Amino acid sequence: MAGVLSGVYNTLIRSNGVFLSTIFAGAFATEILFDTGSNAIWNRINKGRQWKDIKHRYMDAGEDDE
Amino acid sequence: MFARTSLRTARAFANAKTGATRTVVSQQRNASSQSSAESAPTWKNTATLSASTILAIGSCTWYYTQFGRTAHAMTMQEEGLHATPYPWEHEKFLKTYDHAALRRGFQVYREVCASCHSLKRIPWRTLVGTMMTVDEAKALAEENEYDTEPNNEGEIEKRPGKLSDYIPSPYKNDEAARAANNGALPPDLSLMVKARHGGCNYIFSLLTGYPEEPPAGAVVQSGLNFNPYFPGTGIAMARVLYDGLVDYEDGTPATTSQMAKDVVEFLNWSAEPEMDDRKKMGWKVMAIGSVLFALSVWIKRYKWSVVKTRKLQYNPPALTGLPNKMNPRQARR
Ligand code: HEC
Repeated sequence: MAGVLSGVYNTLIRSNGVFLSTIFAGAFATEILFDTGSNAIWNRINKGRQWKDIKHRYMDAGEDDE
Repeated sequence: MFARTSLRTARAFANAKTGATRTVVSQQRNASSQSSAESAPTWKNTATLSASTILAIGSCTWYYTQFGRTAHAMTMQEEGLHATPYPWEHEKFLKTYDHAALRRGFQVYREVCASCHSLKRIPWRTLVGTMMTVDEAKALAEENEYDTEPNNEGEIEKRPGKLSDYIPSPYKNDEAARAANNGALPPDLSLMVKARHGGCNYIFSLLTGYPEEPPAGAVVQSGLNFNPYFPGTGIAMARVLYDGLVDYEDGTPATTSQMAKDVVEFLNWSAEPEMDDRKKMGWKVMAIGSVLFALSVWIKRYKWSVVKTRKLQYNPPALTGLPNKMNPRQARR
């Protein structure tokens, strides 16, 4: 445990520039992960109700007409 | 009077100077116990307290019954029947609209309501990707004519509609709408779900709530129709939805209640197209908020741990004060 912590400290925190970059990169990554995850949950709950679930019916029909 | 007060202050100062504070405290305690012994008989106290309590509660009660209750200025008939609460699926915290129902609802609006009601705040483009493909929406928009910008001679010409145009209104202005509807203005439906108490439930009840015959004894003015859900019960809009009025392309049976449900869901979308984003954002805020809350609880406990785990010890100083008569405060009494 202590080894891991000091490893983290030495690689990420000790130099200010690296620490700052870690924070920025971490914020981006967390946001992307969180948004993707929560949207996936939303899409699963609303399966079949959203336009993207039903549009194939009308897209195909439109192409047949032309 | 003033002289006495200043004397007293002077004595108090003298006290502080001699550092006899401790004795003063003990003497004060004596003084207070003495004064309570001198007070009036307790039953009088009790009686006064009880009487004033009763007076206070009584006057509050009287005031509340007199002025505090909700005033019902309208009769039951003027209020209208309360709309039945229906379990709308799209009103649940994590549910979006049923977009197939939106498509059907827009069809009902276009084929039925659009001859009287405008939908001014909805441009054609918003239908794309919610209930129509681009081509379908373009075709619908092009069926309508819109004014162009003034040309070189300042003339305004007509052009077919574009996706960026707003859905056209059935009447040129409110006056024309009134004139065509017996003096009653069919209101714009864009925000109707938000504009009426009861929202979806009210509009659904209104559309499906026309009885075959007004009940015995109900007075319906000529030109009005009886609808118990409409405040006042006399509404200028007649029943518009009848079984089989529209032909749904997806084969859903077009019963009165099915059409009413679809058009109400569509009107809910037109009043609140941002609902999905709102719900998603709400749940994200709740998720992140609970993490932050847990963090702040932890930090509070961390910071307070010093305070919570320390031990206080108090050793009262021994009360070996001056004799009473040498204490200036005591001597004054
Ligand atoms: C024949 C014309 C006509 C048609 C068709 C029509 N309405 Fe109306 N509607 C009216 C008029 C007129 C009023 C105003 C009633 C009043 O104020 O007494 C009205 C009022 C309303 C109201 C407001 C009621 C209130 O509480 O003020 C709603 C909601 C409504 N209509 C919905 C619809 C819907 C949904 C449709 C389509 C299914 C529709 N109407 C079709 C004429 C029409």
